Amino acid sequence: MSRQPYMPIVLVVVGLALLPLGLTSNTVLNFLAFAMIITLAAQGWNILGGYGGQFSFGHAVFFGTGAYAMALLQVRFGINPWLALPLAMALGAGVGFAIGYLSFRARLRGSYFALVTLAFAEVFRISANAWGFTGGAAGVLVPLRIGAEHMQFADKRLAYWLALTFVAATLALTLALSRSRFGAHLVAVRENEEAARALGVDALAVKLKAITLSGAITACAGCLYTQKFLYLDANLAYGPWISVEALLAPIIGGLGTVFGPLVGAVVLLGLGEVTKTAFANLTGGAIPGVDLVVFGVLLILCVAYAPRGVLGLAHGWLGRLKGARP
Amino acid sequence: MLKLDIFLSALANGLMTGAVYALISLGLTLVYGVLHIINFAHGATLTAAMFAVLIAHTVFGLDPYLAVFVLTPLFFALGYGVQRFVINPASHGNDSNILLVTLGLSIIIENALLAGFRSDTRSIDVPYGFSVVEVGNLFLSVPKLVAFVASFVVALLLWLLLAHTDTGKAIRAVAKEKTGAALSGVNVDHIYAVTFGLGAACLAIAACLLMPTFLVNPRIGNAFVLVAFTIVVLGGMGSIAGALVGGLIIGVVESLSGLYFGESLGQIGIFLIFILVLLFRPTGLFGAKA
Repeated sequence: MSRQPYMPIVLVVVGLALLPLGLTSNTVLNFLAFAMIITLAAQGWNILGGYGGQFSFGHAVFFGTGAYAMALLQVRFGINPWLALPLAMALGAGVGFAIGYLSFRARLRGSYFALVTLAFAEVFRISANAWGFTGGAAGVLVPLRIGAEHMQFADKRLAYWLALTFVAATLALTLALSRSRFGAHLVAVRENEEAARALGVDALAVKLKAITLSGAITACAGCLYTQKFLYLDANLAYGPWISVEALLAPIIGGLGTVFGPLVGAVVLLGLGEVTKTAFANLTGGAIPGVDLVVFGVLLILCVAYAPRGVLGLAHGWLGRLKGARP
Repeated sequence: MLKLDIFLSALANGLMTGAVYALISLGLTLVYGVLHIINFAHGATLTAAMFAVLIAHTVFGLDPYLAVFVLTPLFFALGYGVQRFVINPASHGNDSNILLVTLGLSIIIENALLAGFRSDTRSIDVPYGFSVVEVGNLFLSVPKLVAFVASFVVALLLWLLLAHTDTGKAIRAVAKEKTGAALSGVNVDHIYAVTFGLGAACLAIAACLLMPTFLVNPRIGNAFVLVAFTIVVLGGMGSIAGALVGGLIIGVVESLSGLYFGESLGQIGIFLIFILVLLFRPTGLFGAKA
């Protein structure tokens, strides 16, 4: 290990920050900004699922809560988005704590935990779709007010840099977490909960902390989504797509690693774009769902052949190259 | 008297729908009981089966009730093959991997159907689709009544298979103690795949029974699968009797809450039952252990 553990993060973030200086096309900037939002959602999942071993199939519940809170605090209460963002993250953390308290206290794990998170996401989706306060099936529209004070940017690069700032913060946070006592406890719970308990780790408290943090980070992704698209409905905010992408990115990138979600999100979205374009060119029209078919295949291939994701594969190749050197 | 009639008819409808729910849950609970994992591709497989019925009807002119005899063996073979040649090798015997692989399968099936059929909702036209029989003051839909009776017949057949055949004995042995079963000469991989095949076959039957009265779109499986999960959790994971009773209860709850609170809240009622049962009695009504 190098003596400056945060160096790789600084290099990666600076590299990403410089990208829009060379690439100025709208498509690229939109792609980059969206990739950062997915990275954030995935980083939230990674703390609970990657480090803590608790696989949630319903992270949409946090993403949607953040997104809706961000929109409704502005539209219904006239609160400035810069203040709404931390409030929405706190709400995401609260929802995380509540779901964690209910399910971890009942000793739900593995399939049971995956199921209960899935069900919570569905309950939230149906409620948001039916309730007048959240705009019902018509959704919520955030009024267009360009200006940094309204967190709406005419220059797409600024929106990207803002999202990148949050990604940089979570990368640093994840690295700090993985080197902390709390991180060690979390990994211990993932590897063997009984053993961790026997050694005096308070497994319930550790898992609760993880899901609360996870909820806040994924809610932040939802906030940025709201500010980017300025429109939400229940299927966008609480839909299964985001639960799936938040889970896929870390698994494809590298489960329980600092950079896994970032690498996974870029690979995943890049591949999705390529697939969509390729099929649209082949058949002369967009086909819904083809990109998700590729995601599903990728998930199975990763589980089968690359349990440590793209980063694990790269690490293996590098190791072999070094080993081959005379 | 009118009030009572409406109540009774909602009750009867709930019981009839509940029987099909029970059939869908049988496959899920059987797989859970033997492999101790939740098959997240269950809903997508049901959707695929419903599309198969649709194709059989529109392309080959096959009546859903006749399609049962083609699709059931076909889906058994599909389920067997997928478990033996995809899920089992891909997951390296690790439970959380199986969870992810079945999730991947469900994403693939659902979106392949979406790409192939688009998100349009379709239904099939059969001459008996709207026929009813009069029982006392109640009018019961014939296809739903057929589905009710057939679901119980299938449950009975499944129970006979498990209780009285060698394959059934092997399935129960693997469910109880797979190492012991393997040591006494049972091919565990084969039994796992057979169980998966049986689960898929139940779905093919359910699809044939549903299609005369239901509609199908690529996302329809999701609606059924959470209901099926609820039933399995309520009845106790792995319990066949639990799935039957749970299915009937959920069917009635859905029908009555739909009657009194409106459609969308009826759905929420099911999820709330689901969450409450998972939190406070994860072993379910009939389950012995978590």
